[in-house]
Amino acid sequence: MQKKVAITGMGIISSIGLSVEENFQSLISKKSGISNLENIQTRHASEIKVGEIKITNQELQQLLNLPEENTFTRTGLLGTYAAKKAVESAGISDINEFRTGLISSTSVAGMDFTEKHYKKYEEHPEYQKYIQSHDAGDSSNKIANYLGLKGFVTTISTACSSAANAIMLGASMIENGYLDRVIVGGTDALSKFTINGFKTLMILSDTYNTPFDNDRKGLNLGEAAAYLVLESDEIIKKGNKKVLAYVAGYGNANDAFHQTASSENGEGAYLAMKQAFEKASILPYQIDYINVHGTATPNNDLSEGRAMSRIFNNVPKFSSTKAFTGHTLAAAAAIEAVYSVLALQNNTIFPNLNFKTPMGELNIVPETEVVQTEINHVLSNSFGFGGNCSTLIFSKS
Amino acid sequence: MKNCYINGIGNVSIQSVDFDVFESEAAEIQILNKAQQPSYKDLIAPAMSRRMAKGVKMGIFAANKALFNAKMVDPQAVIVGTGLGCIEDSEKFLDAIIENDEQFLTPTAFIQSTHNTVAAQIALHLQCKAYNFTYVNGANSFESALFDAFMQLKHFNKENILIGGVDEIAPYTFSMYKMIGKVKQSGEEVNFKDPQTKGIALAEGATFFALSSNKTNNSYAEVLDVMLFNAFKDDEATEINTFLAKNNLSATDLDVVFFSVNADAHQQEFYNRINTVFNEIPQGYYQHISGSYDTASAFGLKVAAEIIQKQQLPKAVQYNNIEPNKIEKVLMINQFNNSDFSFVLLSKC
Amino acid sequence: MDALKQELKERIINALNLEDISIDDIQDNDPLFGDGLGLDSIDALELIVLLDKEYGIKLADPKQGKEIFQSVETMAQFVAANRTK
Repeated sequence: MQKKVAITGMGIISSIGLSVEENFQSLISKKSGISNLENIQTRHASEIKVGEIKITNQELQQLLNLPEENTFTRTGLLGTYAAKKAVESAGISDINEFRTGLISSTSVAGMDFTEKHYKKYEEHPEYQKYIQSHDAGDSSNKIANYLGLKGFVTTISTACSSAANAIMLGASMIENGYLDRVIVGGTDALSKFTINGFKTLMILSDTYNTPFDNDRKGLNLGEAAAYLVLESDEIIKKGNKKVLAYVAGYGNANDAFHQTASSENGEGAYLAMKQAFEKASILPYQIDYINVHGTATPNNDLSEGRAMSRIFNNVPKFSSTKAFTGHTLAAAAAIEAVYSVLALQNNTIFPNLNFKTPMGELNIVPETEVVQTEINHVLSNSFGFGGNCSTLIFSKS
Repeated sequence: MKNCYINGIGNVSIQSVDFDVFESEAAEIQILNKAQQPSYKDLIAPAMSRRMAKGVKMGIFAANKALFNAKMVDPQAVIVGTGLGCIEDSEKFLDAIIENDEQFLTPTAFIQSTHNTVAAQIALHLQCKAYNFTYVNGANSFESALFDAFMQLKHFNKENILIGGVDEIAPYTFSMYKMIGKVKQSGEEVNFKDPQTKGIALAEGATFFALSSNKTNNSYAEVLDVMLFNAFKDDEATEINTFLAKNNLSATDLDVVFFSVNADAHQQEFYNRINTVFNEIPQGYYQHISGSYDTASAFGLKVAAEIIQKQQLPKAVQYNNIEPNKIEKVLMINQFNNSDFSFVLLSKC
Repeated sequence: MDALKQELKERIINALNLEDISIDDIQDNDPLFGDGLGLDSIDALELIVLLDKEYGIKLADPKQGKEIFQSVETMAQFVAANRTK
């Protein structure tokens, strides 16, 4: 069985950039993408800040050369854009040359359009074509069809850990010989549905989110899409491919505590991290940087901080990049995977913006500056509603 | 490499709770078919069930039945497939957003609308901290869950896994589907063998399986292979034969093949085309009993597993008029609207 | 005040879908959370919405709920003092 799985390509679109390079430049120049909401009509607009991608759906369609008549929702547009970039980045010309799959993830799916046209379909039959774009599977099929991919295609939806789980499934399928290469990641657009949903849970901040800060008030929602291309050793040798980094380990566990809140001692998070270490055959002290889930909600950061303190004798340098991008839900683990690879490639730790006051309950603080230091292994956490806890470990190539 | 056995099955469907495919007469399919809800009182505390979505209750019930059937206590993974998740709560939340102009909204409907709610509530109910995934990929959502479990039993050190498929009906979604012809219009005939009109007969249900790498005296069947894909690369017959050849079989080695025929005249063309491969094989169908929804193929797997265990293909599920001599190798073929394809190969164990 | 307490009990039962409970089952001073009625953090959020929708009281911080929702008695006192509807 193949031990580590190679990453040969990446594609990303987020509120801090339309390419891997743009995202990297924003991260090292501490340029956040959090702003006021512009593209969605909601009465809550003045009460929240978001990681909104300042590109319209029209513009995205043009960038993708889509015909005027199409049934893409914004989630599908963002996903297709990022997946296309990933495939190009991996130097793939014939998508079906080997056993290739797509494992995407989303939580919003087509809801961003459904909520606009809901109950209006009878007076406006021209909206009816979007009814079939509502479900999660449709966005993945759209991406696969756009790429011309014919093969294993599926969609994972486990809230905020979705893309980590997509990467996990993809890596296992390569390791066990079910696929030669796979495009893995996730996409979510901002929507009135999620803005209102998170508002009812009273975990949205009305200002810039402050992960791991004692006075944190909640999260900023964001939108994004990112995909990695994973390939088997055999295919890499054949194509003499450049390896960007490796997926060395992964773990998924369930907190089984509460539908939306994490347990006090972060049991699910602890188990997921433990599994990832076992899979990677590395020990906690070997981790040089943790890209934490760090949503800046009172509950998550405390729970995650506790879990980290349990599993690490000395918690390594860590930061949450959600102060840059907002919480991009299903796409979060995918964009943070890209940031983890960038950290490995550039020996750089990205700052945890907006941090002022250490949390009273913990004795760990995040990195607040860009740090240049040797990085061989990065751990990335993503925890979703329903107690879904996922951890990925990336290693230098 | 380990094996994958179906050791327990649990189900909530549009048929009665004690429906037996070998004995019972199935209720006639309507255009809209609601599930027959069992009593949840003994299983789920009122404090929990009061805010649970229909899909969550059906899922917990079916999951418990499957585990009990298999005498399985601690699954090492819980994997669920669903086409739309708890869509009724999505509708409730959207309705509230629009009617109240985004005010006075409450969290319960939003929380239940997240796609992995069923898997999460099952984990909570069982206090199961193991691997927990949810697949939401249209008509092969359930086969995605099955594939994941199959791979884990074969290659990871896991022995017991709980999987299931669940979908629920919601009123506005039903009317939207009628608007676009995905569901039949009122008064249209629901005919599975010779459909004349497009559209399906919508239903809901939950079917769960306790899978294990350990065979028991009560094992229903063995899962030999699972393949899912978005589109055929080659012509259909070639690809089907390639899949079978990979498992050292040819079409004539099959004892029964199940089609996911769904009374939609347009989709019937796919089954007519692949019939060339199977026109001498006993054929079965099941959506005339379960109704049609994204994860109805989980019900199909239940029927297939039961007929393998009992070595009997009841008339009620026979699609053509060929009787099997034995039931050792069974193939399930599923698709919807020329996409979301899957093949599941089963064997007597 | 008595009428308000009865009204609150009825509204709590409806909002939280407490199917098996009647107004007579809830005593004024019974704890609502933890051991008494057994409500949880999601119910707290639902009650916060109830205060806003029915009585025009907006709570900025969910943590305030802990004090206010101790019992029907404490809820009634808070509503009487702060209602704008």
